[in-house]
Amino acid sequence: MNRRVFLKSGAMAMLSLGFAPSFLGRAAAAVGARRKLLIAIFQRGAVDGLNMIVPHGEPDYYRLRPTIAIPRPGGEPMGSAIDLDGFFGLHPSMAALKPLWDNHSLAIVHACGSPDNTRSHFDAQDYMESATPGLKATRDGWLNRYLQVSSEERNPLRGVALARTMPRSLEGRASALAIGSVDEFGVRGASAAFEGEYENASDPLMRAAGNDAFAAMRTLHQAAAMPYRPAAGADYPPTAFGKALAEIARLAKADVGLEVAFTELGNWDHHVNEGSVTGQIATRLGEFSRGLAALATDLDDRMADTVIVTMSEFGRAAAENGNRGTDHGHGNAMMVIGGNVRGGVHGRWPGLGEGHRFEGRDLAVTTDFRDVFTDIVARHMGVSRDGLSRIFPNYAASSSPGVIRA
Amino acid sequence: MKQRVFSGFSVALVIALISAVELTADVTESQIPNPESRIPDEATITHVLNRLTFGPRPGDVEKVRAIGLAAWIDQQLHPERIDDAAITGLLPALEPPPASADPQELRRFARQQIQSLAGEKILRATYSERQLQEVLVDFWFNHFNVYAGKGRTAEYLAQYEREAIRPHVFDRFRDLLEADAKSPAMLFYLDNWLSADPNAAERSAAVVRQQRTIRRPGPRRRFGFPPPPKRAQANAQNGKKRTRGLNENYGRELLELHTLGVEGGYTQKDVIEVARAFTGWTIDRGGTFRFVAAVHDTGEKIVLGHKIKAGGGIEDGETALDILAAHPATAHHIAYQLAQRLVADEPPAALVDRAAARFRTTNGDLREVVRTIVTSPEFQAETVRDAKFKTPFTLVVSTMRTTGATVSDTRALVQTLQQMGQPLYMCQPPTGYHNTADAWISAGGLVSRMNFATRLASGNMPGVTLPGNPPNDLALRLGSPEFQRF
Repeated sequence: MNRRVFLKSGAMAMLSLGFAPSFLGRAAAAVGARRKLLIAIFQRGAVDGLNMIVPHGEPDYYRLRPTIAIPRPGGEPMGSAIDLDGFFGLHPSMAALKPLWDNHSLAIVHACGSPDNTRSHFDAQDYMESATPGLKATRDGWLNRYLQVSSEERNPLRGVALARTMPRSLEGRASALAIGSVDEFGVRGASAAFEGEYENASDPLMRAAGNDAFAAMRTLHQAAAMPYRPAAGADYPPTAFGKALAEIARLAKADVGLEVAFTELGNWDHHVNEGSVTGQIATRLGEFSRGLAALATDLDDRMADTVIVTMSEFGRAAAENGNRGTDHGHGNAMMVIGGNVRGGVHGRWPGLGEGHRFEGRDLAVTTDFRDVFTDIVARHMGVSRDGLSRIFPNYAASSSPGVIRA
Repeated sequence: MKQRVFSGFSVALVIALISAVELTADVTESQIPNPESRIPDEATITHVLNRLTFGPRPGDVEKVRAIGLAAWIDQQLHPERIDDAAITGLLPALEPPPASADPQELRRFARQQIQSLAGEKILRATYSERQLQEVLVDFWFNHFNVYAGKGRTAEYLAQYEREAIRPHVFDRFRDLLEADAKSPAMLFYLDNWLSADPNAAERSAAVVRQQRTIRRPGPRRRFGFPPPPKRAQANAQNGKKRTRGLNENYGRELLELHTLGVEGGYTQKDVIEVARAFTGWTIDRGGTFRFVAAVHDTGEKIVLGHKIKAGGGIEDGETALDILAAHPATAHHIAYQLAQRLVADEPPAALVDRAAARFRTTNGDLREVVRTIVTSPEFQAETVRDAKFKTPFTLVVSTMRTTGATVSDTRALVQTLQQMGQPLYMCQPPTGYHNTADAWISAGGLVSRMNFATRLASGNMPGVTLPGNPPNDLALRLGSPEFQRF
């Protein structure tokens, strides 16, 4: 696959529509091949995809959610869905993402999810992160398997989670880091003495891990020594999530070899008083979208080589419950953002009518989440067919959701 | 590799601690040291302390030598003979579950409960004299892992560890297994409390109709399923009746993790049959185990070739536990896991076989299985000394013990364990945390270990006080590759 050709044609296509984002032009002109970057963002707790990407053209949506539905675009004084394509709309607190939609770098896959019907957060997260639904014995995560497959290079900065503990997605044999922040990652005190201890460790595993640690520290110390200043206009929310995204941008710009980054945002489990255009979900989606938009702005021309993908373990029930919230459901929406992304809403909409719902209650899944992962890993990251079978064992995507230009 | 012992600077405090705890071991015949055994050297005693405790404190080697190694091991195998009264005064008081069903209040309670219990776990591991018991409580909790972040599990957590796990770690495996199977924490965590015969709704309606016509005198008997949780009620309010069905979650993990092991030779059919046997094992309104006959699948089940006759009730599940506990694959699986924790990541096959045989001949007596392992020549082999890599929990606690630290507030340590990737009681998958080196050796992990050592040695760990003047190279020693092993 020739990246530059696609990039160029993508840029040309957009130019002709008059929507060319500034970063595409510059990327096409950039010299030398940059590493492809995949940024995975997990919405832990099961975001309500139906109030995030609103099917405002679906009458059943309003029938099932008398108090929490997001009103059809226009008119409502309290706010309403931001129309995307006449049928779907963004939650009004997600306005920050509208420019990305307008320049065709935001793809949405609706009715997307797992073939496994579990409604357990922890099982479903486990299945999504291992990318082996129904199989608990898988020990590594799909992002780590990508690192294993794509290169032999031993650089822990190829895969970095901005998270307290190594997320399941990045667990595995390939070296990767989980860090709270770039500045936190370093040995305070007798660093050189510690390094000597680990260089001489008799245990090869500890010696290797020690080498990784000190190599990564040195790289980070050199490349990210200065306090980080995001690009002009990158308005990260002043939260842990916002900081994590800024750190990802910082690592990407420091050219430390980052290929896969991961972070997460929790608290989506709105069983009670979910809210509608305002309230709990609105606040959460506001932070979420503002963060994503800031990240795209901050990465600027690097967005041409970057794909951001968002995911959540399952969706929520189509109908609101007796507490003005939503219970655990099935199908959900994923977002894919990047210069090489084919903007639009993808996937087949199954409808919310009674006969079309999964087990009579939830949005059905018409696109396996692994099809989206596969699209990104194959078409964006350039993994071969053989590599794909190792990243997604016993699974072959039946069709491409087409979120990446090819 | 020699285990480094930090004895020079903290003796005073540790002696004070030890003397506060009276050892009251009865010397029985079996404890009289074998006259043939040589006096064990310091390295041997240190190795035994490393594996049967959360790490030696200053003075522990001498103490064991005074008692005699064999007698000390025997004492640890009988925790009831060790006075541990001093520990109770150190433990935090637990908040009772909230009366209100307000979800925010429940979440706050769950967070508080996990914090308190994590603190209790650290304090017990650090200060209890019944060290082997605490090592095994940690082992068995992890074997029967529940995740405190799932739903109401945190509410049942204290009871789970105190009543289902701790009293049974030297008991028969069958008793531990049943205590676990009937614990609200496990019933909730692996969803068995929701598991029902799909045909039960119809049947129970018929029973209710029958009851109405008979109109028995006396107290009204209740039929039907226990009160559904709020979520299920909410679903019912949507106007869609959700009939409950079979949930295989517990049945599968019972076979795969708790008893036979993933290669124990069971089939998907066995998973379903076992799950059917446990239908009706649920949790009542008061948060205790209850068997609800109305949703039990009374049909015949075939579990691993054994027939469980139709028409049974609660005994179907109990019979399934009998079958599983007596299965040779279970003996092997449990022996392997214990040997992996106590001896080496890849334990010697001959030792595992002997421990499994002991499991079978003693009807699953866990004290005897552990005894077989820790008194074996393989346990003492040079090749397995310092061969284990400490989990973050073992590292943190062994650091407290070796330095003779006083822990007055556990919160910073609880947080450290989160940062190191082993948040206590917060392991999501039913597998529990791995205790093998490959799962824990990582670049990020080592950096946090070095920083923990530096922070502690420089007196910057809130709630933790080191006695005396720590040596200059304390951080380096605690963060060294050698101290990560045991």
